[in-house]
Amino acid sequence: MSHKDARHRTRTAPTVKTSGRVAVINYGLGNLRSVCNALEFIGATPFLAESPDQLRDASHAILPGVGAFPDGMNNLVEQAWVAALVDFACQEKRPLLGICLGMQLLMESSTEHGYSQGLGLLPGKVQILEVPDTLRVPHIGWNSVTFAKDRATYAGLDSPQDYYFVHSYAVSTEHPDLVSASCEYGAHFVASVERENIWGVQFHPEKSHKAGLQILKNFVGLS
Amino acid sequence: MIPVLLLKNGHLVRSEDFAIHQIIGDPVHEVRRFNEWNVDEIVYIDITQGDYKFGQRADVKTQGIETPVDILNAVSKTCFVPLTWGGRIRTFEEAAEIFRGGADKITLNTALFETPQLVSRLAQRYGSQAIVASIDVRRHEDGTLEVFRDAGQVGTGKDPVAWAQEVAQLGAGEIFLQAIHKDGKGSGYDLDLIRSVSEAVRMPVIACGGVGVYEHYAAAVKAGASAVAAANIWHFKELSDRNGKRALQRAGVHVRMTR
Repeated sequence: MSHKDARHRTRTAPTVKTSGRVAVINYGLGNLRSVCNALEFIGATPFLAESPDQLRDASHAILPGVGAFPDGMNNLVEQAWVAALVDFACQEKRPLLGICLGMQLLMESSTEHGYSQGLGLLPGKVQILEVPDTLRVPHIGWNSVTFAKDRATYAGLDSPQDYYFVHSYAVSTEHPDLVSASCEYGAHFVASVERENIWGVQFHPEKSHKAGLQILKNFVGLS
Repeated sequence: MIPVLLLKNGHLVRSEDFAIHQIIGDPVHEVRRFNEWNVDEIVYIDITQGDYKFGQRADVKTQGIETPVDILNAVSKTCFVPLTWGGRIRTFEEAAEIFRGGADKITLNTALFETPQLVSRLAQRYGSQAIVASIDVRRHEDGTLEVFRDAGQVGTGKDPVAWAQEVAQLGAGEIFLQAIHKDGKGSGYDLDLIRSVSEAVRMPVIACGGVGVYEHYAAAVKAGASAVAAANIWHFKELSDRNGKRALQRAGVHVRMTR
């Protein structure tokens, strides 16, 4: 059976090799190098995925991102990543982790610089962080994240933990089961989301010391 | 809480009064130590003046290091907290190379005087949070304060508060404020300086210069510093991360603790 046929066939159970390769998606935005360094450090095998067909070689994929939502989506669309990502995460149900802007892109839409549609892999939207005048935007720095013990993202960690944030927008959703952790900056906001094989973290695990590396270990250990 | 590592010709050095520089080690080796410790960010400043003289010490553990960017490449591989790199950055291309090399933020000092428009160009490309404005200040014998440039060599005649306010308009995200007269003395930060600059600008001010005992950190925070940086205490005292953070906690300052 050719590869093309295999992609259209829905698998009933994830068949991820534990010695798999982690695709770090290069769509023109994001601190790819930091993410790759962290993955190498924890013993994973990262590679930069320069084109969507390279996802077929990946057991896991990470969508990084630093920058604005419309730019991110434009790049994903122009470089033909959308169908491949939908396939990877929803059809084949392989583990996909969105970091910072990458997490936001997983959602249905965003109102950053006007309305844009996202990948729509998870229900919810992205909107600006509402903060009182006493606080500065963007939200930059370490902040305390609270999560429930049974969340796979945070396995091996006690709540709360501090993570490093750099963002002005955050996810909002009507599905509380999606929210794996919250944080407070003026008001509470969604710090991370998790639904089966699709995870998203608003903070930068690759810049959050040991607590961040633990999340990456948890992600790579997914099967 | 931020350790500051100073580099001169590729060696890690300690500094006093921005003049006396004693070699204390190999930068690439040291970062692994910090990676294990509970530090919040790390700052590297290249204080080399003039041409580089990259000698190879017999006990340097890492080979193949020929330029500062080589050092950056090596340290960023195992640095999992925000990494700031500064010193000798004068052009857009030099800054871009530093970002490509693995830095999350860069600091600019002399460039702020020579090409202030560089700040906004870099902020547009990398985000204002990635650009740190570095201000070196000396308090003279008569108590007056003056901003210095060129690694503390050249007086500018500028008052730090006025300069900080000018710099705040350029587009940087933070100010890294160093007290030259306190450098290497271990007698504490210049709290009046920290207070007056913090009150004059809205952006975060990182204080540096003078830490001798852990209790000095809290005093700087109470004077308005958003972050406390130090160089020598990290190299010459044991358990500087744990003890530093415990001292801050005892003084009532909220800090990130690891468990």
